[in-house]
Amino acid sequence: MKKFLALLLSLVMVLGLAACGSDSSTATPPAEGEGQEAPAEGTDIKIGLICVHDINSGYDAAHIEGLKAACKELGIDPEDQSKVVMKYNIPEDETCKDTAVDLAEQGCTIIFSDSYGHQSYMLDAASEYPEVTFVAATGDQAGVAGLDNFKNIFTNVYESRYVSGIVAGMKLKELMDAGTVTDPYIGYVGAFPYAEVVSGYTAFFLGVQSIVPEAHMDVQYTNSWYDPVAEGEAANALMARGCVIIGQHADSTGAPSAVQAAQDGGAVVYSVGYNIDMLSVAKTAALTSAQNNWSVLYKATLEKFIAGEEIPHDYATGAKDNAVMISALGESCAEGTQEAVDSAWAAIKDGSLKVFDASKFTVDGKALDSYDVNLSIIDFSTGNVIFEGPTENVIKDGAFEESVIRSAPYFDLRIDGITELNNN
Amino acid sequence: MNTVMQHTKDPLLRIAKRDGIARPWAYTIRIIAVLLSLVVSGVFIFAVTKLNPLQVYEAMFDGAFGTSRRSWVTIRDAMMLLCIGVGLAPAFKMKFWNIGAEGQILVGGIVTAGFMRFFGGSISTPALLVIMAVMSLLAGCVWGVIPATFKAFWNTNETLFTLMMNYVAIQITSYCVALWENPVGSNTVGVINQQTKYGWFPSIFGQANTLNVILVMLLTVGMFLYLKYSKQGYEITVVGDSVNTARYAGINVKKVTIRTMAISGAICGLAGFIAVAGASHTISTSTAGGRGFTAIIVAWLAQFNTFVMILISFLLVFLQKGAIQIASQFNLNDYASNIITGIILFFILGSEFFINYRVILRGGKEADGK
Repeated sequence: MKKFLALLLSLVMVLGLAACGSDSSTATPPAEGEGQEAPAEGTDIKIGLICVHDINSGYDAAHIEGLKAACKELGIDPEDQSKVVMKYNIPEDETCKDTAVDLAEQGCTIIFSDSYGHQSYMLDAASEYPEVTFVAATGDQAGVAGLDNFKNIFTNVYESRYVSGIVAGMKLKELMDAGTVTDPYIGYVGAFPYAEVVSGYTAFFLGVQSIVPEAHMDVQYTNSWYDPVAEGEAANALMARGCVIIGQHADSTGAPSAVQAAQDGGAVVYSVGYNIDMLSVAKTAALTSAQNNWSVLYKATLEKFIAGEEIPHDYATGAKDNAVMISALGESCAEGTQEAVDSAWAAIKDGSLKVFDASKFTVDGKALDSYDVNLSIIDFSTGNVIFEGPTENVIKDGAFEESVIRSAPYFDLRIDGITELNNN
Repeated sequence: MNTVMQHTKDPLLRIAKRDGIARPWAYTIRIIAVLLSLVVSGVFIFAVTKLNPLQVYEAMFDGAFGTSRRSWVTIRDAMMLLCIGVGLAPAFKMKFWNIGAEGQILVGGIVTAGFMRFFGGSISTPALLVIMAVMSLLAGCVWGVIPATFKAFWNTNETLFTLMMNYVAIQITSYCVALWENPVGSNTVGVINQQTKYGWFPSIFGQANTLNVILVMLLTVGMFLYLKYSKQGYEITVVGDSVNTARYAGINVKKVTIRTMAISGAICGLAGFIAVAGASHTISTSTAGGRGFTAIIVAWLAQFNTFVMILISFLLVFLQKGAIQIASQFNLNDYASNIITGIILFFILGSEFFINYRVILRGGKEADGK
């Protein structure tokens, strides 16, 4: 036993020496990765980003790339740990608050979070660190929360969903003209039955209807933002019901992969994705994907922040600033799609096309001439009003104005032609 | 016989059970294990990242104690783990494999969150805290007593039973999260009573988590005394060593089993109360977050000595915080840092082997190494 111990100890010492040796050699160039403690002089901005998943999720990748691009444009090195700190896989629970507070303690002056569920914890951190600016992307409470250092940003993603709907509509029309499909039946894999998703699928549907007016759509919810298996199953369920095009508002490649598999099995089905180009997983099934260009919003927010200007509580922008787009068209797209897409973008940009044109949809058979949105934040299970907000009519000049009185979507009307299969 | 034995060749290494080991010697082995684990993970870090391991360890320390806020988060989480470990100690000492701490924490947490949401404001916070504490104790107690009763009367397998109870609790939690979702669509309950702070632990000495520390320390001392000096604690030891001996000595094994699990479950339920009212102010399926399982390591490694558990809780939380810090500071993914944690745990757990057994080299004398 003594011998064994001696052997063990000598091993420790040798390895320990080796460790120390490598230390002395690498420690000579002083503290390369240690800039973290002392922010460089000159610009004292330090940016934090809290991501709900990591770069493997298309949604988070869009945020990570977006912030990096914005930083580069503003002359900030996104790889410099003393300037930009990114935290990945932060769940939408108290971990988010711990992370936000930790970023603030590390000296971050502006902190972003990328998922809706982070908001309440960001708000909590914002109330404790009034000198730090907290921006909850896709959140909806900044306008009514009454905190000067708490902001929301959102893209007008409904515009890109509308245009992706046009791509789907063109395909649907081609299939019907060829007689391959007789029922213009489309499906949509949604994450949660909540205004952000409702607004998105309605825009997609209206895009399809602008080409094929008799189209009808079913929505299947997965109750998760990112669940490849559930999204694939939802797509399969919709295809089994006879849907020929599957749109999605969920963050994985689950649905397009399932559609590609069905198509390989001989079915006539196509997919419209979200966030990332789906051609890598669905080469012949993917038509296009609706995308956000978050760098536009990050850049605008950071510019104001650096200049010391007041950042608005709510900031949303879309096609006019190139904050939304669709990915490259797939090989299966119908002829003339590119032209239709280009003219739609042009019309959205010059304001002649309104996505939620009130003359283009009905609710319970009736067209709407006014619709009041209450911006108060209410806890529905107790009925307590958490933040009091104004109630405003959002139908102006014959169209539902989305993301104007608040950056986060509030279009929660269930229009005719769309059926939610599992809204619980 | 003897002569024949001597002619057969001894294997190079032989393993023999130790009769007993002096305490300082056992701790020496453990310290060697920790040092060795640091060296091995250092080699791993260098092989994978070409980073200086010492710098990485420095980053780990920074992650856990770098700022006073971080230190408090580390303390808060260590207290949480310790509380669950203290709860598990009597059950495991009785050799009742309570894998169900996760569920017991969750039911305690749900009850607490429910009271916070529906009675915050109508009952004053101190009174509400007492009610929530009692209710969470009861909820955890029920969750512990159910499998204990089945074990006592029908000899069901408590490992499976307590494990299954976790899933029931997780489903109930998911249900409540969907029911209490705030704001709608966020898939989270949000921070409960964010503005009013009804039902939150009050700040003591300017620190939001002082009460957590006080409560858990009281439990730690109480459980130490209970296990070591009370008659019930002795009964637990006897039942744990041998059920037959316990019966022979006239101990009512059924009663001891149920009573011990009631205590174990109740403390885990209280851990849920501390997690919700004292730390997160929200409830989700990650409120327990695997700590119910990690705490088993805490209890087991400390051999049910609650004071040793303090050390081990801190070590595990330190590793976890350090791992997160490495991941973000050096752009490693979480898995790399989990591997480091895994290596260190492997060595610590492995050292128990050398404490319980000794390795005899060929030609070594039997008396060696004792």
